[in-house]
Amino acid sequence: MSATPTFTAGVVGASGYTGGEVLRLLEGHPAFEVVQATSREYLNKSIGHLHPNLRALPLRFSSPDELESVDVLFTATPHGVSMANIESYLEAAQLVIDLSADFRLSEVALYDTWYDGHVAPEYLSQATYGLPEINREALTDASVIGCGGCNATVTMLGLYPLALSGWLDEADPIVVDLKVGSSEGGTASGAAASHAERSGIVRPYAPTKHRHEAELEVYLDIEVSLTGHAVDMTRGAAATCHVFVDEPPSIKELWGIYREAYEDEPFMRLVSGGGGIYRFPEAKVLAGTNYCDVGFATDDDRIVVFSALDNLMKGSAGQAVHAANIALGMPETTGLEFTGLHPVGAP
Amino acid sequence: MTDEACIVCDATVALPADVELGEIVDCLTCGSELEVTGIDPYALEEAPELEEDWGE
Repeated sequence: MSATPTFTAGVVGASGYTGGEVLRLLEGHPAFEVVQATSREYLNKSIGHLHPNLRALPLRFSSPDELESVDVLFTATPHGVSMANIESYLEAAQLVIDLSADFRLSEVALYDTWYDGHVAPEYLSQATYGLPEINREALTDASVIGCGGCNATVTMLGLYPLALSGWLDEADPIVVDLKVGSSEGGTASGAAASHAERSGIVRPYAPTKHRHEAELEVYLDIEVSLTGHAVDMTRGAAATCHVFVDEPPSIKELWGIYREAYEDEPFMRLVSGGGGIYRFPEAKVLAGTNYCDVGFATDDDRIVVFSALDNLMKGSAGQAVHAANIALGMPETTGLEFTGLHPVGAP
Repeated sequence: MTDEACIVCDATVALPADVELGEIVDCLTCGSELEVTGIDPYALEEAPELEEDWGE
């Protein structure tokens, strides 16, 4: 008899990048058995047809209209799909973990403001935010988990210790400069996403009013001015947060603040100054891992916080599996132990 | 082995018993390279490093 309990899992929207990452993680997870992966567009195609790293997975894409009963259903669909189908998802599984934006926010008014409304607002009250560092205790008895947005996650994890320690005053401006890889755009293509256009770019996008600012308002109770840039990498999100203050704490104090917040967190690492090749967080070395690296510096009138992660992992699929581990009572790092590659080319 | 406080992050840095004046030790917490500038009593200073622009 196996010492590890086995949970069955299904992945809805498994043809996309985050769906593929969930499949990869579950395939290597000792406690999960993947029984279904759905895709309307690639019905009956093998998983390896779209995710070549998963050629050995003996599954074909099936229809999301015929969901099998599972212990956990991961939904990696475009925004708007999960909210429209949440009832059938909950009929298929006791625990639904949604990687889209559909259950991240707690109130329908926020969806009216930041998204295009919500068609199943009655389910928002039973949804739990999926970022463990912010909301660990609530995950243990969750039935619907809404994972954090990748850009919100990287920004929030950078600023969270400052919020905890009272350094984020609403009167002090916070400016976030974000660089993101192309996989954040998913598999949808268009002229702007072609290699000829996207290679080599530092392209501003969502220059103001980025949707992920909503999560910072809800979960950290702060307002930030966030601007994103699409840069020439496939995986990765890196945030540089400028917190303007009258008199910043010392570097030694910041070490204490960040250590206190993250010393027991298995996926949070402090990378700040010091020696070595990478003295501050670098998204490239985090590709494929569930780590978020955070660092900081100070100037006369500001605290500068750097944070980086793999948007498909800590920013989405890894966060989802981390949340599942907690919800199911497993050791948090199960199936998420990969430490990355070094050296490595552009991820 | 002697425990000293890192002058950058305040974490504990374990100095080998045979550490010598001028030796460089790195802090396991923040990664700073620290030069041993005193033995009795122990003293640490940040070791000089190349800046990011590598002199350009």
